[in-house]
Amino acid sequence: MKFSIRKFYYGDIPDEKSGGTDYRAKEDAATWPLWEVFIRSKQGLDHKHVGSLHAADAKMAIENARDVYTRRMEGVSIWVVESKYITATNPEEAGELYEPAVDKIYRHPMFYKLPDEVNHM
Amino acid sequence: MAAAAQEKIFTTKIETEEKIEPKDWMPDAYRKTNLRQISQHAHSEIVGMLPEGNWITRAPSLKRKAILLAKVQDEAGHGLYLYSAAETLGMSRDEMINSLHEGKAKYSSIFNYPTLTWADMGAIGWLVDGAAILNQVMLCRTSYGPYARAMVRICKEESFHQRQGFEILWVLSNGNAEQKAMCQDAINRWWWPSLMMFGPTDSESTNSDQSMKWKIKRKSNDELRQQFVDMCVEQVKVLGMQLPDEKIKWNEKRKHYDFGEIDWNEFWNVVKGNGPCNKERLAARRKAHEEGQWVREAAMAFAAKRNTKKTAA
Ligand SMILES: [Fe+2]
Ligand SMILES: [Fe+2]
Repeated sequence: MKFSIRKFYYGDIPDEKSGGTDYRAKEDAATWPLWEVFIRSKQGLDHKHVGSLHAADAKMAIENARDVYTRRMEGVSIWVVESKYITATNPEEAGELYEPAVDKIYRHPMFYKLPDEVNHM
Repeated sequence: MAAAAQEKIFTTKIETEEKIEPKDWMPDAYRKTNLRQISQHAHSEIVGMLPEGNWITRAPSLKRKAILLAKVQDEAGHGLYLYSAAETLGMSRDEMINSLHEGKAKYSSIFNYPTLTWADMGAIGWLVDGAAILNQVMLCRTSYGPYARAMVRICKEESFHQRQGFEILWVLSNGNAEQKAMCQDAINRWWWPSLMMFGPTDSESTNSDQSMKWKIKRKSNDELRQQFVDMCVEQVKVLGMQLPDEKIKWNEKRKHYDFGEIDWNEFWNVVKGNGPCNKERLAARRKAHEEGQWVREAAMAFAAKRNTKKTAA
């Protein structure tokens, strides 16, 4: 007999199929696209990525972002952009992309040893 | 890159406490485990709105109504942060929601218990959110980046949940005899299910625990449960109430409180779908989703119409 007991945690509940039903969910004709949300937490700071959400259009994305990400005055300005328009680098390219900067330590101020009198420069 | 080399990079990241991000290579099982756990966690936040939603219209004052409304809205937000985190692993929101509605995905069993009196709002905030907080604080350091970030955001909001719950009980515990009895009754009913929230006891585990190795989890169920008991035993004294367990006793050797045996039959029964409210909760979720379908579709149609107008202009 094959028998194993597994350990589960909160937010990790056993996949116990006996509770399953024959209910079948109906597909929506079209689903709301995904948007990325950027928030300026206060005047003078950059917008920062805070998460994503689904919305039918940009206006709704802004409204939802307000409700989801700024319930406690976390922001003074919101940007939204549909996720599909974001182009990102791939972790595999990290080498060729960032390597060239690694050996150029002369780009950093501490590369230069100056006399004590002016070393705070 | 060869799979072995990629696995090595992944393992090194885990070892050196570097987060794993969505586009990084990860073992299939790591992806699946995270996907299951994060989506279950999201479902728990969403279904978790139902027991409390039950009392919004009947809260005893405008102040309590506003507070409860804000708390329930927070839980909706928690669900959304978590669904977004789960989506980064490659499953669509619809797929997740459908599998919840079809009974294939699970949510925390605690939400399959009924909320019978106003005092239950207090007990849920204090005990249920309290238990959730211990888990979620641990999960702020989980190895998958989007999950960890969602947890940080959630933890910032949870403390209000627990405090408003304790305050409800505290007010009742200073009330008349009937209010005191109501307070004790709610604690009696929510105590054991709250302990079950931490999951089966560690000794039931026969396999080595991959979740710990991958640093998805960092503490065992029993460790967290003990932490929770030690905390609550002290807090319940402030209320002048009792925890419904005669075996609770300080253990000088362990420097922890001992406590009684959990009824695991009840736990598994509720997980299997036979808790007091399993059917009702799922039915409520399905109804909300079905009745919202025309709204979702209409919003898409409206957006499309506005878009064509814009391009025509
Ligand atoms: Fe929550
Ligand atoms: Fe909460």
